[in-house]
Amino acid sequence: MRIVLLRDLKLAMRVGGGFGLAIMFFLILVVLVPFGIGPDAALLSAISPGILWIGALLACLLSLDRIFSLDYEDGTLDHLAIAPLPLESVVLAKATAHWLTTGLPLGLISPLLGLMLGLPIEGYLWLVLSLVLGTPALSVIGTFGAALTLGLKRGGLLLSVLVLPLYGPTLIFGAEVARRGSAGIELQTPLLMLLGLSFGVMAILPFASAAVLRINLR
Amino acid sequence: MSLWEYANPVKFLNLSTRALPWVSALSVICLIVGLIWGFFFTPDDYRMGSTVKIIYIHVPAALMAINSWFMMLVASLIWLIRRHHVSALAAKAAAPVGLVMTLIALITGAIWGQPMWGTWWAWDPRLTSFLILFQFYIGYLALWKSIENPDSAADLTSILCIVGSVFAVLSRYAVNFWNQGLHQGASLSLDKEKNVADVFYQPLLLSIAGFVFLFLTLVLIGTRSEIRIRRASVIAARKLLL
Repeated sequence: MRIVLLRDLKLAMRVGGGFGLAIMFFLILVVLVPFGIGPDAALLSAISPGILWIGALLACLLSLDRIFSLDYEDGTLDHLAIAPLPLESVVLAKATAHWLTTGLPLGLISPLLGLMLGLPIEGYLWLVLSLVLGTPALSVIGTFGAALTLGLKRGGLLLSVLVLPLYGPTLIFGAEVARRGSAGIELQTPLLMLLGLSFGVMAILPFASAAVLRINLR
Repeated sequence: MSLWEYANPVKFLNLSTRALPWVSALSVICLIVGLIWGFFFTPDDYRMGSTVKIIYIHVPAALMAINSWFMMLVASLIWLIRRHHVSALAAKAAAPVGLVMTLIALITGAIWGQPMWGTWWAWDPRLTSFLILFQFYIGYLALWKSIENPDSAADLTSILCIVGSVFAVLSRYAVNFWNQGLHQGASLSLDKEKNVADVFYQPLLLSIAGFVFLFLTLVLIGTRSEIRIRRASVIAARKLLL
Protein backbone atom coordinates (compact mmCIF):
# COMPACT_ATOMS: atom_id res chain seq x y z
CA MET A 1 0.00 0.00 0.00
CA ARG A 2 2.84 2.33 0.88
CA ILE A 3 4.62 1.40 -2.33
CA VAL A 4 1.57 2.24 -4.43
CA LEU A 5 1.25 5.51 -2.56
CA LEU A 6 4.92 6.45 -3.00
CA ARG A 7 4.85 5.47 -6.66
CA ASP A 8 1.82 7.64 -7.34
CA LEU A 9 3.37 10.55 -5.47
CA LYS A 10 6.58 10.22 -7.44
CA LEU A 11 4.72 10.06 -10.74
CA ALA A 12 2.69 13.12 -9.83
CA MET A 13 5.75 15.15 -8.83
CA ARG A 14 7.71 14.44 -11.99
CA VAL A 15 7.44 16.61 -15.05
CA GLY A 16 4.10 16.17 -16.79
CA GLY A 17 2.62 14.63 -13.68
CA GLY A 18 0.28 17.51 -13.24
CA PHE A 19 1.40 18.41 -9.72
CA GLY A 20 1.05 22.13 -9.27
CA LEU A 21 -1.41 22.44 -12.14
CA ALA A 22 -4.31 22.09 -9.73
CA ILE A 23 -2.81 24.79 -7.56
CA MET A 24 -2.31 27.10 -10.53
CA PHE A 25 -5.92 26.47 -11.54
CA PHE A 26 -7.09 27.28 -8.02
CA LEU A 27 -5.07 30.50 -8.04
CA ILE A 28 -6.37 31.65 -11.41
CA LEU A 29 -9.96 30.77 -10.55
CA VAL A 30 -9.83 32.76 -7.34
CA VAL A 31 -8.24 35.70 -9.11
CA LEU A 32 -10.95 35.58 -11.78
CA VAL A 33 -13.75 35.94 -9.25
CA PRO A 34 -13.11 39.63 -8.49
CA PHE A 35 -12.93 40.19 -12.26
CA GLY A 36 -16.45 38.89 -12.51
CA ILE A 37 -17.93 40.35 -9.36
CA GLY A 38 -16.06 43.62 -9.10
CA PRO A 39 -13.56 44.86 -6.55
CA ASP A 40 -16.08 45.56 -3.77
CA ALA A 41 -14.05 44.57 -0.68
CA ALA A 42 -17.01 44.01 1.65
CA LEU A 43 -18.80 41.76 -0.82
CA LEU A 44 -15.67 39.77 -1.61
CA SER A 45 -14.86 39.35 2.04
CA ALA A 46 -18.35 38.03 2.70
CA ILE A 47 -18.28 35.44 -0.07
CA SER A 48 -14.58 34.51 0.16
CA PRO A 49 -15.02 31.25 2.18
CA GLY A 50 -17.50 29.98 -0.38
CA ILE A 51 -15.32 30.98 -3.33
CA LEU A 52 -12.26 29.30 -1.85
CA TRP A 53 -14.20 26.12 -1.19
CA ILE A 54 -15.72 26.02 -4.68
CA GLY A 55 -12.28 26.75 -6.16
CA ALA A 56 -10.73 23.89 -4.21
CA LEU A 57 -13.56 21.59 -5.28
CA LEU A 58 -13.13 22.40 -8.96
CA ALA A 59 -9.35 22.08 -8.75
CA CYS A 60 -9.84 18.63 -7.21
CA LEU A 61 -12.33 17.67 -9.91
CA LEU A 62 -9.96 18.67 -12.67
CA SER A 63 -7.26 16.24 -11.65
CA LEU A 64 -9.54 13.25 -10.99
CA ASP A 65 -9.32 11.53 -14.35
CA ARG A 66 -5.55 11.17 -13.90
CA ILE A 67 -6.02 8.90 -10.90
CA PHE A 68 -6.64 5.71 -12.86
CA SER A 69 -6.47 6.52 -16.56
CA LEU A 70 -2.68 6.27 -17.03
CA ASP A 71 -2.47 3.02 -15.09
CA TYR A 72 -5.43 1.69 -17.00
CA GLU A 73 -3.89 2.49 -20.36
CA ASP A 74 -0.52 0.85 -19.74
CA GLY A 75 -1.96 -2.17 -17.93
CA THR A 76 -0.59 -1.41 -14.48
CA LEU A 77 -4.09 -1.45 -13.10
CA ASP A 78 -4.64 -5.04 -14.21
CA HIS A 79 -1.52 -6.02 -12.32
CA LEU A 80 -2.64 -4.13 -9.25
CA ALA A 81 -6.00 -5.90 -9.45
CA ILE A 82 -4.41 -9.36 -9.30
CA ALA A 83 -1.73 -8.36 -6.79
CA PRO A 84 -2.00 -9.81 -3.26
CA LEU A 85 -2.86 -6.32 -2.00
CA PRO A 86 -6.66 -5.94 -1.90
CA LEU A 87 -7.98 -3.60 -4.56
CA GLU A 88 -9.73 -1.61 -1.84
CA SER A 89 -6.33 -0.68 -0.37
CA VAL A 90 -5.02 0.28 -3.80
CA VAL A 91 -7.99 2.60 -4.19
CA LEU A 92 -7.41 4.14 -0.78
CA ALA A 93 -3.69 4.59 -1.51
CA LYS A 94 -4.49 6.29 -4.80
CA ALA A 95 -7.02 8.56 -3.14
CA THR A 96 -4.43 9.45 -0.51
CA ALA A 97 -1.86 10.25 -3.19
CA HIS A 98 -4.44 12.44 -4.93
CA TRP A 99 -5.17 14.26 -1.70
CA LEU A 100 -1.49 14.78 -0.89
CA THR A 101 -0.90 16.31 -4.32
CA THR A 102 -4.07 18.43 -4.55
CA GLY A 103 -6.19 18.79 -1.41
CA LEU A 104 -3.40 19.33 1.09
CA PRO A 105 -1.41 21.92 -0.95
CA LEU A 106 -4.67 23.69 -1.79
CA GLY A 107 -5.52 23.92 1.88
CA LEU A 108 -2.07 25.19 2.76
CA ILE A 109 -2.04 27.85 0.04
CA SER A 110 -5.58 29.03 0.73
CA PRO A 111 -4.64 31.68 3.36
CA LEU A 112 -2.71 33.55 0.67
CA LEU A 113 -5.76 33.64 -1.54
CA GLY A 114 -7.95 34.44 1.44
CA LEU A 115 -5.76 37.49 1.97
CA MET A 116 -6.41 38.63 -1.59
CA LEU A 117 -10.15 38.27 -1.13
CA GLY A 118 -10.11 40.06 2.21
CA LEU A 119 -11.08 37.11 4.39
CA PRO A 120 -11.59 38.31 7.99
CA ILE A 121 -8.63 37.57 10.25
CA GLU A 122 -10.48 35.05 12.46
CA GLY A 123 -11.26 32.95 9.41
CA TYR A 124 -7.81 31.77 8.34
CA LEU A 125 -7.32 28.97 10.80
CA TRP A 126 -10.80 27.56 10.15
CA LEU A 127 -10.46 27.92 6.39
CA VAL A 128 -7.25 25.89 6.35
CA LEU A 129 -8.63 23.39 8.82
CA SER A 130 -11.88 22.90 6.91
CA LEU A 131 -10.03 22.44 3.62
CA VAL A 132 -7.45 20.07 5.06
CA LEU A 133 -10.13 18.00 6.79
CA GLY A 134 -12.71 18.17 4.01
CA THR A 135 -10.65 17.60 0.87
CA PRO A 136 -9.94 13.93 1.74
CA ALA A 137 -13.66 13.33 1.24
CA LEU A 138 -13.43 15.06 -2.14
CA SER A 139 -10.51 12.83 -3.15
CA VAL A 140 -12.20 9.60 -2.05
CA ILE A 141 -15.53 10.47 -3.70
CA GLY A 142 -13.64 11.56 -6.79
CA THR A 143 -11.80 8.25 -6.90
CA PHE A 144 -15.17 6.52 -7.04
CA GLY A 145 -16.19 8.74 -9.97
CA ALA A 146 -12.88 8.13 -11.73
CA ALA A 147 -13.35 4.38 -11.31
CA LEU A 148 -16.87 4.60 -12.76
CA THR A 149 -15.78 6.42 -15.91
CA LEU A 150 -12.57 4.44 -16.33
CA GLY A 151 -13.22 2.61 -19.57
CA LEU A 152 -14.87 5.49 -21.34
CA LYS A 153 -13.31 7.61 -23.99
CA ARG A 154 -13.90 11.28 -23.30
CA GLY A 155 -15.26 10.45 -19.86
CA GLY A 156 -14.21 13.81 -18.45
CA LEU A 157 -17.53 15.61 -18.71
CA LEU A 158 -19.46 12.57 -17.54
CA LEU A 159 -17.11 12.37 -14.57
CA SER A 160 -18.05 15.91 -13.54
CA VAL A 161 -21.76 15.23 -13.98
CA LEU A 162 -21.49 12.15 -11.77
CA VAL A 163 -19.19 13.52 -9.10
CA LEU A 164 -20.48 17.06 -8.57
CA PRO A 165 -23.83 16.03 -7.02
CA LEU A 166 -21.91 13.70 -4.71
CA TYR A 167 -19.78 16.64 -3.61
CA GLY A 168 -22.84 18.52 -2.30
CA PRO A 169 -22.76 17.55 1.40
CA THR A 170 -18.98 18.01 1.70
CA LEU A 171 -19.20 21.46 0.17
CA ILE A 172 -22.11 22.46 2.39
CA PHE A 173 -20.40 21.45 5.63
CA GLY A 174 -16.91 22.60 4.62
CA ALA A 175 -18.03 26.02 3.46
CA GLU A 176 -20.22 26.30 6.56
CA VAL A 177 -17.19 25.73 8.80
CA ALA A 178 -15.16 28.34 6.88
CA ARG A 179 -18.04 30.82 6.86
CA ARG A 180 -18.84 30.44 10.54
CA GLY A 181 -15.13 30.64 11.32
CA SER A 182 -14.77 33.93 9.50
CA ALA A 183 -17.91 35.28 11.14
CA GLY A 184 -16.61 34.14 14.51
CA ILE A 185 -19.65 32.05 15.50
CA GLU A 186 -19.88 28.58 16.98
CA LEU A 187 -18.85 25.95 14.40
CA GLN A 188 -18.51 22.70 16.28
CA THR A 189 -21.50 21.00 14.63
CA PRO A 190 -20.55 21.51 10.98
CA LEU A 191 -16.93 20.73 11.80
CA LEU A 192 -17.90 17.42 13.37
CA MET A 193 -20.21 16.66 10.45
CA LEU A 194 -17.38 17.40 8.01
CA LEU A 195 -15.01 15.13 9.91
CA GLY A 196 -17.63 12.41 10.10
CA LEU A 197 -18.23 12.69 6.38
CA SER A 198 -14.51 12.49 5.56
CA PHE A 199 -13.89 9.45 7.73
CA GLY A 200 -17.16 7.84 6.71
CA VAL A 201 -16.44 7.94 2.98
CA MET A 202 -12.86 6.83 3.64
CA ALA A 203 -14.18 3.77 5.43
CA ILE A 204 -16.97 2.79 3.05
CA LEU A 205 -16.49 4.20 -0.42
CA PRO A 206 -13.25 2.33 -1.34
CA PHE A 207 -15.34 -0.87 -1.37
CA ALA A 208 -17.70 0.62 -3.94
CA SER A 209 -14.77 1.98 -5.98
CA ALA A 210 -13.00 -1.39 -5.95
CA ALA A 211 -16.21 -3.16 -7.01
CA VAL A 212 -16.59 -0.70 -9.86
CA LEU A 213 -12.95 -1.18 -10.89
CA ARG A 214 -13.41 -4.96 -10.98
CA ILE A 215 -16.44 -4.54 -13.25
CA ASN A 216 -14.50 -2.22 -15.53
CA LEU A 217 -11.49 -4.52 -15.71
CA ARG A 218 -13.64 -7.57 -16.43
CA MET B 1 -45.03 -19.84 -8.31
CA SER B 2 -42.84 -17.12 -7.01
CA LEU B 3 -42.04 -13.55 -7.78
CA TRP B 4 -38.67 -14.57 -9.18
CA GLU B 5 -40.35 -16.36 -12.07
CA TYR B 6 -40.85 -13.01 -13.71
CA ALA B 7 -37.10 -12.62 -13.96
CA ASN B 8 -37.63 -14.69 -17.09
CA PRO B 9 -38.17 -12.09 -19.83
CA VAL B 10 -40.75 -14.24 -21.65
CA LYS B 11 -42.84 -14.69 -18.53
CA PHE B 12 -42.47 -11.02 -17.74
CA LEU B 13 -43.61 -10.06 -21.23
CA ASN B 14 -46.63 -12.37 -20.99
CA LEU B 15 -47.62 -11.03 -17.60
CA SER B 16 -47.13 -7.43 -18.60
CA THR B 17 -49.12 -7.92 -21.80
CA ARG B 18 -52.02 -9.02 -19.67
CA ALA B 19 -51.52 -6.39 -16.96
CA LEU B 20 -50.78 -3.38 -19.11
CA PRO B 21 -54.35 -2.61 -20.32
CA TRP B 22 -55.67 -2.79 -16.75
CA VAL B 23 -52.93 -0.69 -15.25
CA SER B 24 -53.11 1.96 -17.95
CA ALA B 25 -56.92 2.07 -17.83
CA LEU B 26 -56.81 2.47 -14.04
CA SER B 27 -54.30 5.26 -14.35
CA VAL B 28 -56.39 7.12 -16.93
CA ILE B 29 -59.58 6.73 -14.89
CA CYS B 30 -57.98 7.77 -11.61
CA LEU B 31 -56.24 10.75 -13.19
CA ILE B 32 -59.32 11.97 -15.05
CA VAL B 33 -61.66 11.59 -12.09
CA GLY B 34 -59.16 12.83 -9.54
CA LEU B 35 -58.02 15.86 -11.50
CA ILE B 36 -61.48 16.93 -12.70
CA TRP B 37 -62.86 16.47 -9.21
CA GLY B 38 -59.95 18.37 -7.77
CA PHE B 39 -59.94 21.18 -10.31
CA PHE B 40 -63.64 21.86 -10.73
CA PHE B 41 -65.55 20.43 -7.80
CA THR B 42 -63.57 21.53 -4.77
CA PRO B 43 -63.88 24.94 -3.13
CA ASP B 44 -61.04 27.47 -3.20
CA ASP B 45 -58.87 27.59 -0.14
CA TYR B 46 -59.66 30.58 2.08
CA ARG B 47 -56.06 31.76 2.09
CA MET B 48 -54.54 30.40 -1.08
CA GLY B 49 -57.51 30.82 -3.40
CA SER B 50 -57.58 28.64 -6.46
CA THR B 51 -53.79 28.18 -6.50
CA VAL B 52 -54.30 25.38 -3.99
CA LYS B 53 -55.44 23.17 -6.85
CA ILE B 54 -51.93 22.65 -8.14
CA ILE B 55 -51.57 20.29 -5.16
CA TYR B 56 -53.25 17.58 -7.28
CA ILE B 57 -50.25 17.54 -9.58
CA HIS B 58 -47.45 18.77 -7.36
CA VAL B 59 -47.80 16.37 -4.44
CA PRO B 60 -48.26 13.15 -6.47
CA ALA B 61 -45.38 14.09 -8.78
CA ALA B 62 -43.07 14.80 -5.85
CA LEU B 63 -44.10 11.55 -4.22
CA MET B 64 -43.40 9.55 -7.36
CA ALA B 65 -40.10 11.36 -7.93
CA ILE B 66 -38.78 10.00 -4.64
CA ASN B 67 -40.47 6.62 -4.91
CA SER B 68 -39.18 5.98 -8.40
CA TRP B 69 -35.62 6.50 -7.16
CA PHE B 70 -36.44 4.12 -4.33
CA MET B 71 -37.77 1.59 -6.81
CA MET B 72 -34.57 1.96 -8.86
CA LEU B 73 -32.56 1.30 -5.72
CA VAL B 74 -34.49 -1.91 -4.97
CA ALA B 75 -34.26 -3.04 -8.61
CA SER B 76 -30.51 -2.32 -8.63
CA LEU B 77 -30.01 -4.37 -5.50
CA ILE B 78 -32.00 -7.26 -7.00
CA TRP B 79 -29.86 -7.05 -10.13
CA LEU B 80 -26.60 -7.01 -8.18
CA ILE B 81 -27.61 -9.83 -5.86
CA ARG B 82 -29.62 -12.16 -8.07
CA ARG B 83 -28.62 -11.04 -11.59
CA HIS B 84 -32.15 -10.78 -12.95
CA HIS B 85 -31.95 -8.87 -16.20
CA VAL B 86 -35.56 -7.68 -16.09
CA SER B 87 -34.82 -5.97 -12.81
CA ALA B 88 -31.89 -4.00 -14.25
CA LEU B 89 -33.95 -3.01 -17.26
CA ALA B 90 -36.85 -1.93 -15.02
CA ALA B 91 -34.45 0.33 -13.12
CA LYS B 92 -33.30 1.80 -16.41
CA ALA B 93 -36.89 2.31 -17.54
CA ALA B 94 -37.87 4.01 -14.27
CA ALA B 95 -35.13 6.64 -14.43
CA PRO B 96 -36.56 8.89 -17.17
CA VAL B 97 -40.00 8.69 -15.55
CA GLY B 98 -38.53 9.74 -12.23
CA LEU B 99 -36.60 12.54 -13.91
CA VAL B 100 -39.79 13.93 -15.46
CA MET B 101 -41.67 13.59 -12.16
CA THR B 102 -38.91 15.58 -10.43
CA LEU B 103 -39.14 18.24 -13.12
CA ILE B 104 -42.95 18.40 -12.80
CA ALA B 105 -42.66 18.78 -9.04
CA LEU B 106 -40.05 21.54 -9.40
CA ILE B 107 -41.97 23.42 -12.09
CA THR B 108 -45.42 23.19 -10.51
CA GLY B 109 -43.79 24.22 -7.25
CA ALA B 110 -42.29 27.28 -8.92
CA ILE B 111 -45.62 28.18 -10.53
CA TRP B 112 -47.31 27.92 -7.14
CA GLY B 113 -44.49 29.67 -5.31
CA GLN B 114 -44.54 32.77 -7.47
CA PRO B 115 -47.96 34.08 -6.34
CA MET B 116 -47.77 32.54 -2.85
CA TRP B 117 -44.21 33.15 -1.69
CA GLY B 118 -43.49 35.94 -4.14
CA THR B 119 -40.59 34.06 -5.66
CA TRP B 120 -40.11 31.33 -8.25
CA TRP B 121 -37.25 29.75 -6.42
CA ALA B 122 -35.79 29.81 -2.94
CA TRP B 123 -32.84 27.92 -1.51
CA ASP B 124 -35.09 26.08 0.84
CA PRO B 125 -34.06 22.58 2.05
CA ARG B 126 -36.89 20.76 0.28
CA LEU B 127 -36.43 22.64 -2.97
CA THR B 128 -32.68 22.19 -2.89
CA SER B 129 -32.87 18.48 -2.20
CA PHE B 130 -35.20 18.05 -5.15
CA LEU B 131 -32.72 19.87 -7.31
CA ILE B 132 -30.03 17.48 -6.07
CA LEU B 133 -32.31 14.51 -6.82
CA PHE B 134 -32.70 15.92 -10.32
CA GLN B 135 -28.91 15.97 -10.73
CA PHE B 136 -28.69 12.37 -9.56
CA TYR B 137 -31.23 11.28 -12.16
CA ILE B 138 -29.24 13.06 -14.85
CA GLY B 139 -25.98 11.46 -13.77
CA TYR B 140 -27.61 8.01 -13.63
CA LEU B 141 -29.08 8.36 -17.11
CA ALA B 142 -25.85 9.78 -18.51
CA LEU B 143 -23.94 6.77 -17.21
CA TRP B 144 -26.43 4.36 -18.81
CA LYS B 145 -26.13 6.19 -22.11
CA SER B 146 -22.36 6.20 -22.22
CA ILE B 147 -21.48 2.54 -21.56
CA GLU B 148 -21.80 0.16 -24.47
CA ASN B 149 -21.67 -3.25 -22.80
CA PRO B 150 -25.20 -3.68 -21.35
CA ASP B 151 -24.11 -5.86 -18.43
CA SER B 152 -21.34 -3.53 -17.27
CA ALA B 153 -23.70 -0.62 -17.72
CA ALA B 154 -26.26 -2.34 -15.49
CA ASP B 155 -23.61 -3.13 -12.88
CA LEU B 156 -22.07 0.33 -12.82
CA THR B 157 -25.38 2.19 -12.75
CA SER B 158 -26.61 -0.09 -9.96
CA ILE B 159 -23.61 0.78 -7.82
CA LEU B 160 -24.02 4.45 -8.69
CA CYS B 161 -27.66 4.21 -7.65
CA ILE B 162 -26.73 2.74 -4.26
CA VAL B 163 -23.95 5.26 -3.59
CA GLY B 164 -26.17 8.04 -4.92
CA SER B 165 -28.96 7.05 -2.55
CA VAL B 166 -26.64 7.41 0.43
CA PHE B 167 -25.46 10.79 -0.78
CA ALA B 168 -29.00 11.92 -1.61
CA VAL B 169 -30.02 11.24 2.00
CA LEU B 170 -26.86 12.98 3.24
CA SER B 171 -27.62 16.01 1.07
CA ARG B 172 -31.17 16.09 2.34
CA TYR B 173 -29.90 16.44 5.92
CA ALA B 174 -27.02 18.71 4.95
CA VAL B 175 -29.33 21.29 3.42
CA ASN B 176 -31.56 21.06 6.47
CA PHE B 177 -28.65 22.68 8.14
CA TRP B 178 -29.34 26.11 6.69
CA ASN B 179 -32.78 26.80 8.06
CA GLN B 180 -36.32 25.58 7.91
CA GLY B 181 -37.08 27.55 4.76
CA LEU B 182 -40.33 28.47 3.10
CA HIS B 183 -41.82 25.11 2.22
CA GLN B 184 -44.56 23.89 4.52
CA GLY B 185 -44.32 20.55 6.30
CA ALA B 186 -45.47 17.31 4.76
CA SER B 187 -49.02 17.44 3.45
CA LEU B 188 -49.48 13.73 3.88
CA SER B 189 -47.99 11.34 6.33
CA LEU B 190 -48.85 7.88 7.46
CA ASP B 191 -48.32 8.24 11.18
CA LYS B 192 -49.77 11.65 11.93
CA GLU B 193 -53.27 12.93 11.52
CA LYS B 194 -53.80 14.49 8.17
CA ASN B 195 -53.07 18.14 7.54
CA VAL B 196 -55.34 18.46 4.55
CA ALA B 197 -59.09 18.96 4.86
CA ASP B 198 -61.33 16.14 3.62
CA VAL B 199 -62.66 18.05 0.61
CA PHE B 200 -59.15 18.29 -0.80
CA TYR B 201 -57.96 14.99 0.60
CA GLN B 202 -60.16 12.59 -1.36
CA PRO B 203 -59.43 13.89 -4.87
CA LEU B 204 -55.77 14.15 -3.86
CA LEU B 205 -55.69 10.46 -2.95
CA LEU B 206 -57.30 9.64 -6.29
CA SER B 207 -54.78 11.62 -8.27
CA ILE B 208 -51.93 10.04 -6.28
CA ALA B 209 -53.33 6.63 -7.22
CA GLY B 210 -53.50 7.86 -10.81
CA PHE B 211 -49.84 8.89 -10.71
CA VAL B 212 -48.82 5.54 -9.20
CA PHE B 213 -50.62 3.65 -11.97
CA LEU B 214 -49.20 6.04 -14.56
CA PHE B 215 -45.71 5.34 -13.24
CA LEU B 216 -46.36 1.58 -13.36
CA THR B 217 -47.67 1.84 -16.91
CA LEU B 218 -44.67 3.83 -18.10
CA VAL B 219 -42.17 1.55 -16.38
CA LEU B 220 -43.85 -1.55 -17.82
CA ILE B 221 -43.82 -0.08 -21.31
CA GLY B 222 -40.22 1.04 -20.89
CA THR B 223 -39.07 -2.34 -19.61
CA ARG B 224 -40.87 -4.15 -22.43
CA SER B 225 -39.25 -1.99 -25.06
CA GLU B 226 -35.83 -2.44 -23.38
CA ILE B 227 -36.28 -6.21 -23.54
CA ARG B 228 -37.23 -5.99 -27.20
CA ILE B 229 -34.30 -3.69 -27.99
CA ARG B 230 -32.04 -6.23 -26.32
CA ARG B 231 -33.56 -9.03 -28.42
CA ALA B 232 -33.29 -7.02 -31.62
CA SER B 233 -29.62 -6.30 -30.99
CA VAL B 234 -28.96 -10.00 -30.36
CA ILE B 235 -30.68 -10.89 -33.63
CA ALA B 236 -28.73 -8.20 -35.46
CA ALA B 237 -25.48 -9.48 -33.98
CA ARG B 238 -26.33 -13.03 -35.01
CA LYS B 239 -27.05 -11.94 -38.59
CA LEU B 240 -23.73 -10.16 -38.68
CA LEU B 241 -21.97 -13.37 -37.72
CA LEU B 242 -23.64 -15.51 -40.39
